[in-house]
Amino acid sequence: MTAMLTRPGDAVRAERDSFSQLLHAEWTKFRTVRGWVIGMIVGGLLIIAVNLIPGGQCGGMQANGQPGPGGPGCALTLGPTGQAVTDSFYFVHQPMGPTGNITVRVTSLTGSYSPGSSPGQRAASALQPWSKAGIIIKASTRPGSAYAAMMVTGSHGVRMQWDYTRDTPGLGGAVSETAPRWLRLTRAGDTITGYDSADGAHWTRVGIATLPRLSAAVQAGLFAASPGSSNVTSQSASGSSASGESTQATAAFDRVALRRMSPGSRWRGTSIGTGPNPGNQPRGGGYRQSGGTLTVTGSGDIAPKLPGGDGGTAGSVADTEAGTFAGLIAVLVVATMFITAEFRRGLIRVTLTASPRRGRVLAAKVIVLGAVTFLVGLPAAYIALLTGERKQHAGGISTYPVPALTEARLIVGTAALLAVAAVLALGIGAALRRGAAAVTAVIAVIVLPYFFAGPLSVLPAGAAEWLLRLTPAAGFSIQQAYPRYLQLDASYTPGNGYFPLAPWAGFAVLCLWAALALGLAGYLLRRRDA
Amino acid sequence: MLDATIEVNGLRKRFGPTVALDGMTFTVLPGQVTGFVGPNGAGKSTTMRVILGLDAADEGAALVGGRPYQTLHRPLTHVGSLLDAAALQPSRSARNHLLWLAHSQGLNASRVDAVIEQAGLHSAARRKAGGYSLGMRQRLGIAAALLGDPPVLMMDEPFNGMDPEGIIWMRGFLRSLATQGRAVLVSSHLMSELQDMADHLVIVGRGKVIADTSTRELLAAASGDRVMLRTSSVPEATAVLARAGAIVAADGDGTLTVSGLAAEKVVSLLGAEAVPFSEVSAHHATLEQAYLELTRDAAEFRAADADAGAGPPGPAGHGGTPASGPSAVSAQEIAR
Repeated sequence: MTAMLTRPGDAVRAERDSFSQLLHAEWTKFRTVRGWVIGMIVGGLLIIAVNLIPGGQCGGMQANGQPGPGGPGCALTLGPTGQAVTDSFYFVHQPMGPTGNITVRVTSLTGSYSPGSSPGQRAASALQPWSKAGIIIKASTRPGSAYAAMMVTGSHGVRMQWDYTRDTPGLGGAVSETAPRWLRLTRAGDTITGYDSADGAHWTRVGIATLPRLSAAVQAGLFAASPGSSNVTSQSASGSSASGESTQATAAFDRVALRRMSPGSRWRGTSIGTGPNPGNQPRGGGYRQSGGTLTVTGSGDIAPKLPGGDGGTAGSVADTEAGTFAGLIAVLVVATMFITAEFRRGLIRVTLTASPRRGRVLAAKVIVLGAVTFLVGLPAAYIALLTGERKQHAGGISTYPVPALTEARLIVGTAALLAVAAVLALGIGAALRRGAAAVTAVIAVIVLPYFFAGPLSVLPAGAAEWLLRLTPAAGFSIQQAYPRYLQLDASYTPGNGYFPLAPWAGFAVLCLWAALALGLAGYLLRRRDA
Repeated sequence: MLDATIEVNGLRKRFGPTVALDGMTFTVLPGQVTGFVGPNGAGKSTTMRVILGLDAADEGAALVGGRPYQTLHRPLTHVGSLLDAAALQPSRSARNHLLWLAHSQGLNASRVDAVIEQAGLHSAARRKAGGYSLGMRQRLGIAAALLGDPPVLMMDEPFNGMDPEGIIWMRGFLRSLATQGRAVLVSSHLMSELQDMADHLVIVGRGKVIADTSTRELLAAASGDRVMLRTSSVPEATAVLARAGAIVAADGDGTLTVSGLAAEKVVSLLGAEAVPFSEVSAHHATLEQAYLELTRDAAEFRAADADAGAGPPGPAGHGGTPASGPSAVSAQEIAR
């Protein structure tokens, strides 16, 4: 009736066979309870369903109730690598050939509120930390074109920046008459090198920018820009927002020296990025030349553009997965029931009679549940991304572009978040053995912290961030779509889709919790009488 | 079938202050039905759970076919068990319940269909098990136990909730499994359920074995050499038989119970003295009576039994106050 195992190879094969039999049994268990299968599918649909509710419009509604056309203000300016950028500043420029350089001395940088800006609650100084002025070599005056720049800033010293996302520090300290800053950019084909100096004699290389396929004829010159003040930050149900006033920066340049510029060229002043973007229009930009001194005044910013605090003219790709928490609730209920139903009916005894090694039973359940959840989550997250973007575009809202890899991480990460959270629920269910208690506990540790700290934003920022660091809700970090930039003062809050931990680090916190819960469950399952 | 044994050796287990098993020791042999009898709380279910590796004993060991249950590969092909017929996912069909069990042992759906047929569940197999009556759940439990065609079968109270027809079916079914050479252990708190089915009896109380005997021996011992006599001349018959050394008890209504003399001797004595009688018969004890006989001295044991609401009916209930509780009597007293 039973063959005795004699050779060690047979024993190993038998072990492997018995585990695959166990997986087969757990899969059969899962698929033969219709409620669980339906629950999983409902979970997937809930993730998508949020995107089927009509959303906001860009450009408002027309009188007839039809959505207004996505006006020019709804369009995004894209940088050379395809990301959304802010590119508005005052540019005093001349043409430059394939080689050449430009050197200036900056003796002051001051700030003021833009004319016509409403006098509200104002800070003592209008100069913003990232108000910036200096020299720039730019492919063209078209917003979003490639550039490299050396600049002095409000409170971040000398920087070299290029192509919106790249930023390297140079000399520290603020610029003044007594502490002027010398800046130099040298172009050799696609390569632009930035230098700074405190005295015009001793130069330090700050950085080397490579601007791929830079055209032979570029524009080079002086610039000034100042982002809006962000002295009021509020948290509301729609996320935190920074409301501020438009500011402008004024810088004084002298000892302007240009090499190998086109002969006979004269300075031209252009307000970049004012036409198609009225919301971010720099006001009162211009330049003045007297003697050897050029004074340039400008508003706006040359920086990456990120979701949040812009009045919803463009959408975050992460918003397309906003239904994840709703789907997660359904998934967590099914995941918990997958084990607690066995305890409730005493079925666990039948299971353990069929497979006496308890750790392996738990492992088989984890693998089956994790795989099922992942495979439901994957298409759900993908469809949510498509439907979410279509919803934004239907409202004339552009989606802040992300690299393909980020999209892939968003989809795979959402599925993985669901799967690992389900495994956590299974572990908690196995430890507590009661369905209602386990479902309550697991929702309390993952869905609630996320919901209150994230979309609802009802917690103080500090508390919210700690919750999203320490609780399993940290796993939602995997859905962050956009990086933070030091050179951009934005509202990096959970409500705007920024978590305190990096995507995979936050996911690792969730995995750690799941591992802890499983370890406890395995220990208790082995120790307790069934 | 060399694998077809269950050996239980010195099992001890406490649940907090309660002693559940107190040196439980017995062996179940192949080819016969072994009845595992005792009042509720005597440790029958706990013993079965320990045999299946579900509960850990504090001391002692249980072996199936000479091996601990946890070390069995594809255990359902070694031991089929039915502990709790209600241990089901109500929304799963009976067939699917058997199917996952089959898959866990590397068996396929054809085996599932075979045991469904054997257990007489064919018409209901695709219905949700949650809608089953207790009797049907017992049949499903039997089907699950048979899935691996095991040499050892273990059933905890399989008659619970079964209608008379089902009980007759179950008895015949378990007997036929034993006839095939399997070891069959069946627990019950009612001796009468095991009548005409169990070849061997392990009678337990308070976590240990009171008697481990074949059914035939137990009945013979309980029946003794008593003779039932019906006569119109009660005083004469009593005098004659008492002179011959018998103990005679009057049951009233012209009936006497005679102990100490065989039936033939009674007939010849009464014939010699010309005492009229209408009927003489040797007394045959039922299992129920044998059980009571065995535990006659432990009055408090029976009282506690009656207290649990599951004791044998009739004279068992008369002994002492029913409030004596589980700690009032020592296990040694019961064993005697």
